[in-house]
Amino acid sequence: MSTVKLTVNGRAVSATVEDRTLLVHLLRENLNLTGTHVGCDTSQCGACIVHIDGRAVKSCTTLVGQVDGAHVTTIEGIAKGDQLHPMQAAFRDNHGLQCGYCTPGMIMSAIDIVQRHNGDLDEHTVRQELEGNICRCTGYHNIVLSVLDAAGRMKVAQAAE
Amino acid sequence: MGVEGIGARVARKEDKRFITGRGRYVDDIKVVGLTYAHFIRSPHAHAKVKGIDAEAAKGMPGVVDVLTAQQLVDDKVGNLICGWAVSSKDGTPMKMGAWPAMAPDTVRFAGQAVAVVIAETKNQAKDAAEAVVVEYEVLPAVAHMTAALAAGAPQLHPEAPGNMVYDWAIGDEKQTNDAFGRAAHVVSLDLTNNRLVPNAMEPRAAIAEYDEAEEHFTLHTTSQNPHVARLVLSAFYNIAQEHKLRVVAPDVGGGFGSKIFIYPEEMVALWASKKVRRPVKWTGDRSEAFLTDAHGRDHMSHAEMAFDANHKILGLRVRTHANFGAYMSLFSSSVPTYLYATLLSGQYNIPAIYAEVIGVYTNTTPVDAYRGAGRPEASFLVERLMETSARQLNVDPAELRRINFVTQFPHQTPVIMAYDIGDFGASLDAALKAIDYAGFPARKATAKQDGKLRGLGFSCYIEACGIAPSKAVGSLGAGVGLWESAEVRVNPVGTIEVLTGSHSHGQGHETTFAQLVAGRLGIGIDQVQIVHGDTDKVQFGMGTYGSRSAAVGMSAIFKAMEKVESKAKKIAAHLLEASDGDIVIENGEFKVAGTDKSIALPMVALAAYTAHNLPDGMEPGLKEGAFYDPSNFTFPAGAYICEVEIDPGTGKVEIVDFVAVDDFGRLINPMIVEGQVHGGLTQGIGQALLESAIYDDSGQLVTASFMDYAMPRADDVPSFRVSHTTTLCPGNPIGVKGCGEAGAIGSSPAVINAITDALGHNRIEMPATPGRVWEAMQLQQAAE
Amino acid sequence: MYETTYHRPSSIDEAAALFASHPDAKYLAGGHTLIPVMKQRLAAPSDVIDLAAIKDLIGIEATADALIIKAATTYYDITQSSAAKQAIPAIVHLTTVLGDPAVRYRGTIGGSIANNDPAADYPAAVLALNATIRTNKREIAGDDFFQGLFTTALEDDEIITAVSFPIPAKAGYEKMRHPASRFALTGVFVAQSRSGDVRVAATGASQTGVIRVPAIEAALQADWSPAALDGVTISADGLMGDIHGSAAYRANLIKVMAQRAVQAAG
Repeated sequence: MSTVKLTVNGRAVSATVEDRTLLVHLLRENLNLTGTHVGCDTSQCGACIVHIDGRAVKSCTTLVGQVDGAHVTTIEGIAKGDQLHPMQAAFRDNHGLQCGYCTPGMIMSAIDIVQRHNGDLDEHTVRQELEGNICRCTGYHNIVLSVLDAAGRMKVAQAAE
Repeated sequence: MGVEGIGARVARKEDKRFITGRGRYVDDIKVVGLTYAHFIRSPHAHAKVKGIDAEAAKGMPGVVDVLTAQQLVDDKVGNLICGWAVSSKDGTPMKMGAWPAMAPDTVRFAGQAVAVVIAETKNQAKDAAEAVVVEYEVLPAVAHMTAALAAGAPQLHPEAPGNMVYDWAIGDEKQTNDAFGRAAHVVSLDLTNNRLVPNAMEPRAAIAEYDEAEEHFTLHTTSQNPHVARLVLSAFYNIAQEHKLRVVAPDVGGGFGSKIFIYPEEMVALWASKKVRRPVKWTGDRSEAFLTDAHGRDHMSHAEMAFDANHKILGLRVRTHANFGAYMSLFSSSVPTYLYATLLSGQYNIPAIYAEVIGVYTNTTPVDAYRGAGRPEASFLVERLMETSARQLNVDPAELRRINFVTQFPHQTPVIMAYDIGDFGASLDAALKAIDYAGFPARKATAKQDGKLRGLGFSCYIEACGIAPSKAVGSLGAGVGLWESAEVRVNPVGTIEVLTGSHSHGQGHETTFAQLVAGRLGIGIDQVQIVHGDTDKVQFGMGTYGSRSAAVGMSAIFKAMEKVESKAKKIAAHLLEASDGDIVIENGEFKVAGTDKSIALPMVALAAYTAHNLPDGMEPGLKEGAFYDPSNFTFPAGAYICEVEIDPGTGKVEIVDFVAVDDFGRLINPMIVEGQVHGGLTQGIGQALLESAIYDDSGQLVTASFMDYAMPRADDVPSFRVSHTTTLCPGNPIGVKGCGEAGAIGSSPAVINAITDALGHNRIEMPATPGRVWEAMQLQQAAE
Repeated sequence: MYETTYHRPSSIDEAAALFASHPDAKYLAGGHTLIPVMKQRLAAPSDVIDLAAIKDLIGIEATADALIIKAATTYYDITQSSAAKQAIPAIVHLTTVLGDPAVRYRGTIGGSIANNDPAADYPAAVLALNATIRTNKREIAGDDFFQGLFTTALEDDEIITAVSFPIPAKAGYEKMRHPASRFALTGVFVAQSRSGDVRVAATGASQTGVIRVPAIEAALQADWSPAALDGVTISADGLMGDIHGSAAYRANLIKVMAQRAVQAAG
């Protein structure tokens, strides 16, 4: 057992858990942040993706010890109050989700993709960049549209700030 | 219709919780005193269980109990059932091997559970599971159908000699043989329809609670049809009485058929919760999903088509072997028979059809309905045969289809189905135009200059949805009726709740069903709440599968709405001192036609509940229920055209264009319909190019994780070009046909037809992986 | 996963000392190899020693002759390195097609090489570029480092500190991805050293892990062009055959990927 201290969605948290605890389980079981999902056991599906210190990583493949002192952002932490993150809004407006299970990981990945490319994205790039996120419902068509749409919205939002 | 009514492209009401991480899936739910179940599963595909020693495990930290299969037998928990009786052509009933929820004496597929550990934490359950010693006597296994049917093959079930489930047939054998006798041309084809793993992204899960004082169970589970789950759990499995069992299917992360069935894990969790007197949670991991979720497809077929000198089809003869896996899953018997062979007429006038289906047991995971369920197998067979025939007869594939299309409706096929309406030529024309068919030779030539092989393939599919007319399916052996229920409650303040027996696990019912209601009353969809997935809240209903929720589920709501509106009009007429025949509903108001007199819906609702001033003899309240039983199946149909390019160096197939033109009848929300098509197409493309559940000869699943089972990813598929033609379904009041499965049913033959066009020969099986395509190209070169 | 004890040392010496006192320990860098194996209970280290916080293990520098990538540098940081892009663009390209974006944020070059998965990408670069593996104890020539599937010349307690790649005249990497795992079904790294020596390594293809491909080396030594390989036939002997591709297919891929890698190398 170890005690880890980290910041999750801007809030300082501390938990005493077994060292084998994965970040995704800390989030889901200890912090009740159940928006982060587990869809596979081979680190491939991306349903568990969160941001650790600003980078989109797989929380199912991260021991809690590795995030001691880190800043973690989950799907629950990206909207500003009632104002959705532009990526969330784009997924809704473009029907980029169906069952919703892969969606949190997809959105967290997609935000990272847009940020890494400074919003300059095309369909081909988005499809390649989504390699680590599996969706069984949408056939990706509307997810790609959502990401491209959000890239534009995020640019506008950035310009406004 | 209001702006949010039928036909409006409105954003989904349910999305907000999903995009903010507030969805509530089974594993997200916690209850006080929860324990965790971990199953001990056979590593062998076929073995006798000689003994289980759980003593050491029971003493490990956090272990509450270890329960074995024998205890399940001792408690008289019933065996799993198959709910659709199908008989062999000699009249003998199907041979159903006994399937206990955990195996007390014989395991018949790798992954079958023999015991379960219940512990305070998931990790403690897993730690203790390793201390449970199970002694097996390994038996010879049959992993493939040919091995299972061979003389002297190891036998799975004493009830099923020769490992045969049934030897079933449909159609007129003599008439079909006569047709072949008259044929000018006969084209034949051997086809494999590869086994698939559904892989909904949310793994199955269950939370079972037992209230000792009330003798009442609550089961939260990942189900497409909670009422059917409750019925089966109570009527057949003896775990709980129906009125003492609440089944809740909250947010469910995709189903695709795999969450129709009531699985051993849910049964055991429920039983165990009473046994250990604590709530029990089981959440499957992906590895368990691969081993225990019902798989799909897995056919081997030989098919022949007879043509006259003018290329008109005279007859179709099919012999199919269907792999059932080790046991008969809940609806497994119907999938390769009434959901498959009844669609073998395709979009064509085929005067004579005879199809035989042999069901086979193997030491593999049970097989049942997966998106399309039998209909993808039928369309693959028919459309591969049409394309092959066109090439052999040297006729344009579009033209061969066109001259054989059914054009007069209703049309009775030789295999039960009566097509009610359609315009197959219109869909094909639209698809040809969209793909620029005339320009294909030039595109092929350009590709050749770039060192690529380009091919184009068609698929003109038809499916039977809106499952199903209860009387009809009853006569074919179904154990249940397939109607749907609805209740519409207008609250005293005029907001509305709709309780539906359908279940949404990605389809967007909370939006589309609300659109129907909102449109009829001229109110916003935010005034309408759809309630589903809880047997304590919703009246008995049949759930969601077979693209039935719009055609059957919404039709039930339609009927209930008619009753509500009728009563509300009477109240409005009474209050407005008019005749109820003169009342029209517009923009949320009840108006006397031709006057400026009106009363708003909330006032009508309030009047209904205050009951201070109702017409004489009228009961208070404004709430109506309806059951809707369809008169026929619906027949979505369409034309898909796929263009591929093959990289000859690697054999990799790229889908460079995909056009889908579907006729779904009336569209409720075109945005959601398109999404359903995109997803279906991708699953069909996955089957054609990537996915395959492969067993080795000892019955081990080789493709047992995403490391070996290739799921379609964003860069495996193109953007799709989806459009619609429309003939309104005459069989239901909305005119809707269903759209959930079409993409998966129609796409795989289009892809393989395009690949075989590019290759110039037919020797490629699904999935057409780069390695296989490259090998197929070497065959071609060797032949040259 | 079995219970374990997690450590995060801040120096190489501290890490080595921890290992010395915990003989059943394992080193961890990004964790994207070890953690999945631990989750499946196929590895049960008593202790996990995380190297990711050791500053001496992170960084990229280029000298006149070599590109030196420290072992715990993540794939992502390699893809962003202007020094790496300038020195050996083929290494950067290889890194951009390795794993997925989330994996690239965590995975490290040292972790990949130490694991020596037979379908990993970096081993091909190490072998083709004749790189040197630096550890906390010694330097190991690339030729001596890989010793078959998941086996290397590393001792259990040894820590890779950096990989030093001699800067080539030309280099290229192309891979055919495994349709499910997205590892290399076959990947080929071609390199021509500044002195004109050609070395070619293939990963994902052989039953023994990463291999040199002498037939292709000879052909490219004579004529550095894709066409030079047209007449070369690669034997399928010793290559892997499985549900994703026969040995003959992989033999073909070695040649085709080599041609495309030469094309990319210019």
